[in-house]
Amino acid sequence: MTLNQQRKLKTILTGLFAWSVALVLFFPIFWMFITSFKTELQAISVPPSLFFEPTLDNFRIVQERSDYIHHAWNSVVTSFGSTIIALIIAIPAAYSMAFFPGKRTKDILLWMLSTKMLPAVGVLVPIYILCRNYGLLDSKTALVIIFTLMNLPIIVWMLFSYFKDLPKEILEAARMDGATPWDEVVKVVLPLSVGAISSTALLSIVLCWNEAFWSLNLTASDAAPLTAMIASYSSPEGLFWAKLSAASTLACAPIVIFGWFCQKQLVQGLTFGAVK
Amino acid sequence: MSYLTITDLQKHYENYHALRGINLSISEGEFVVFVGPSGCGKSTLLRTIAGLESSTGGSIELDGRDITEVASSKRDLAMVFQSYALYPHMTVADNLSFALRLAKVSDAEIKEKVRSVSASLQLDALLERKPKELSGGQRQRVAIGRAIVRQPKVFLFDEPLSNLDAALRVQMRLELARLHKKLGTTMIYVTHDQVEAMTLADRVVILNAGQIEQVGTPLELYRQPNSRFVAEFIGTPKMNLIPANRILRNEDTLSIDIFGQQISFPANRLKGPLPDSVVIGIRPEHMSLVETDGDLTGRIELVEHLGSEAYAHLQLSSDQTIIIKAPARTELKDGQEVCIKIDTSELILFNENDRVISVIPEEA
Repeated sequence: MTLNQQRKLKTILTGLFAWSVALVLFFPIFWMFITSFKTELQAISVPPSLFFEPTLDNFRIVQERSDYIHHAWNSVVTSFGSTIIALIIAIPAAYSMAFFPGKRTKDILLWMLSTKMLPAVGVLVPIYILCRNYGLLDSKTALVIIFTLMNLPIIVWMLFSYFKDLPKEILEAARMDGATPWDEVVKVVLPLSVGAISSTALLSIVLCWNEAFWSLNLTASDAAPLTAMIASYSSPEGLFWAKLSAASTLACAPIVIFGWFCQKQLVQGLTFGAVK
Repeated sequence: MSYLTITDLQKHYENYHALRGINLSISEGEFVVFVGPSGCGKSTLLRTIAGLESSTGGSIELDGRDITEVASSKRDLAMVFQSYALYPHMTVADNLSFALRLAKVSDAEIKEKVRSVSASLQLDALLERKPKELSGGQRQRVAIGRAIVRQPKVFLFDEPLSNLDAALRVQMRLELARLHKKLGTTMIYVTHDQVEAMTLADRVVILNAGQIEQVGTPLELYRQPNSRFVAEFIGTPKMNLIPANRILRNEDTLSIDIFGQQISFPANRLKGPLPDSVVIGIRPEHMSLVETDGDLTGRIELVEHLGSEAYAHLQLSSDQTIIIKAPARTELKDGQEVCIKIDTSELILFNENDRVISVIPEEA
């Protein structure tokens, strides 16, 4: 085999591998999507039917039974709200740690990350009691606070690692030009980190959107986001696969569409630091 | 009257003493160059003046005001960085006007100032471009323009030319000299390149290991270094340093023995007592090749032709080579035995502590 042929073969093999991994990962989503257009009978038929007459009944029932719009709105408020608050806290924190590191900056960063190693269930009871005592059970406020705290370490870390790579001299030049710390952040650091901040925000939104543990435990109906709505379809009367699929499809859809538009930022966000 | 006064300035890092008591006064309008080998503290000194590093002792006074504890943004200094440090997200025009906009200068005035600065630096055609669309030389000019436009009290330059290629560096050096002439503003310039220091400076400050080694005009430093460090640092090719074996004093002259050959030196040019051993220093251009009656003889090892002149490497003994300047069209051959005459009025003597112990005669 010539070198050229070897190279071609390698391309084909890596392509094949990548595609099969992608298909394996995509298959459950695809299956959920088509199941949502089946009747309950078709959904559990063995062997599964690939060709059927699609129906929109499931979607109609889901909206009627559990008010999809209401839950979607809760998801939007909690994930966007908590992300914005987390960014407002994380940007100055990451800025000061990246540009004015002290002796203990590394320790603080590690300590923040260490909070992510604690299993959430370990603090469930105290947090539940706190929420109950403050009348925050089944409220969006409680979810926003929890989501903010939950994602803060990740957001600080991501922004910190990006800010750290910004050339220090640019900030020093701004300082020499008469910029106050506020000017420095608003007029230099933020415009230079639009990409990093939006990808970080996107990641945080996705994480909040997918969050189920706290949503299920702290909300009942008023503040229940989409994750809690889906869970309500695994009921004691048995599983209704088609309706469950319809609910899941509806729950995923907004974030998939949103993510599609922000694909570029998302990839950059997940890989920056690693590639650069 | 001193414009910028630095008194006993200290900078300690965790386990490193970067500035060890710097005392310096700079007059208004002066062009001062800090020069020294890497790690000597020259950039630290500049950054401390800028306020980008905090000092751990001593004081800095600018135009009658103590600025030691003042924030960089309030010191009224402008700085040009080695990496240019332009704002990548702004156009050239925005880069130039950034400081003015922060200072809330009126739009009309900003426009006028940006226009005049960009015209004087030939940036008019580039005003709408982003820094990444500019060449290195253009970026450097924007960085300089950004400093000029503010009309600061002092310009600080941190190795501004070291990222440029050789030809451009010479051209920018000239532009900077012109700029200083035109603006008449005080400038402090850091470089490790002694040619830049010599050509640009009114006064050169030579730093070594966090201390000032010597301050003087370029020619003073060249002719009257006060230590071996300065003597070796200034001048290309380097000053020749030859250890003398023995010195004898007979009345008015010192007789210095170099590899068995004698050089005589007037005793009245000696400062202080005669040490046991000395090193003599002589620049390549202060020696000449002669037919007879020379001070030293040696064998030509190598001749370097530079076109306008030539440098001959001469072997005095098995482990001592000196460089001597020769006429451009010299016909010296490798391996040839030659006689050289030393211009003793330019001879410098160093003691065992590398300090200079001779004086240069006035009239020469």
